[in-house]
Amino acid sequence: MLSKKVKPRIFFLFILLISIAILIFIILKSLEKNVVYFFSPTEIYSNDNISFDEKIRVGGLVKKNSIEKNNTTINFVITDLKKEIIVSYTGLVPNLFAEGKGVVAEGKLEDKKYFIADKILAKHDENYMPPEVKKALDN
Amino acid sequence: MLKNFFPNKILSLQNKTINILVVFLLIVLIIGILYSFFLSPPDYVQGNSVRIMYVHVPSSFISLGCFTFLGIASIISLIFKIKFLPLISKSLAPIGCIFSLISIVTGSLWGKPTWGVWWAWDARLTSMLILFIFYLAYICTWKFIDDYEKANKISSSIAIIGLFNLPIIKYSVDWWSTLHQPSSITLTSSPTIHYTMLIPLLVMLLGMTIYSIIVFLIRYKIEVLKFKINKKKN
Repeated sequence: MLSKKVKPRIFFLFILLISIAILIFIILKSLEKNVVYFFSPTEIYSNDNISFDEKIRVGGLVKKNSIEKNNTTINFVITDLKKEIIVSYTGLVPNLFAEGKGVVAEGKLEDKKYFIADKILAKHDENYMPPEVKKALDN
Repeated sequence: MLKNFFPNKILSLQNKTINILVVFLLIVLIIGILYSFFLSPPDYVQGNSVRIMYVHVPSSFISLGCFTFLGIASIISLIFKIKFLPLISKSLAPIGCIFSLISIVTGSLWGKPTWGVWWAWDARLTSMLILFIFYLAYICTWKFIDDYEKANKISSSIAIIGLFNLPIIKYSVDWWSTLHQPSSITLTSSPTIHYTMLIPLLVMLLGMTIYSIIVFLIRYKIEVLKFKINKKKN
């Protein structure tokens, strides 16, 4: 059915596509550290090579009842429900920053349990609904 | 169905067909805009900024869809040398390109009030930017290389390489930790968007798809005409 001209083309493209796929996979694997936007508290805890001098990002949920505000400084706890990390930040927080919600903090690690942030980003999840539905769900 | 896309058929495309589609487009868009601006409720965390979604998500869908076609059509046309496939891809590319740009711009406008930043180098945003660059590269090869065969080969290779970017865009939010939230609409589970917000989203998607079809038909007709004129010249 396939003419003699077509077969080598298919073969050639097939080999080419597979090699590109492998190449991209290797590149992404080796760049994994850079592709990941933030580390979870557990990853920071278990990673021994984590840098204390470079800027990194920590992400997770803001622990309930952990936000403490003194003037412009705000302290809170980021948790991934396994490990926790205390974050200290001076400045304005985004509107969506709230207890129990997702957050990404950018800054430097003081030690594995204490993080000084110079930027706070709010992260929201994939659930969208009107406020009334949320209320009904909570009750 | 497929026969309608053959070059000779598209030349008999009447303005009447386009006009009907435009009327249809206006109706759907007016319903979609009214629904997304006034009838749909604000979100429980994001408030009114969730309304950006009704433009952002359909644009992303269309730009991904166009590139999927570009990539697959390029593979087929390189193997079987089908003459009209590159012309279809060539007419689709600017549509996908502009929608990927709209997706990035609206995403940025959405990011500021929700995340607190216009842009973050997270996997989803970066791979979407790469898609936009692939579109530009694809369009530029057609623009700047005069020889049809040569332009077809180079642009097809670009589209095929860009094809690998698509699963990365799609699954970036699942594979790596990103600032961007995971998909709300998936094939495997029910959508995590409340139906009062899902309906305007789907209406807007329909509207933008009709718009893309109209622009595509006009562009495709012009491309076929250009192709035939060039052939006669040589």
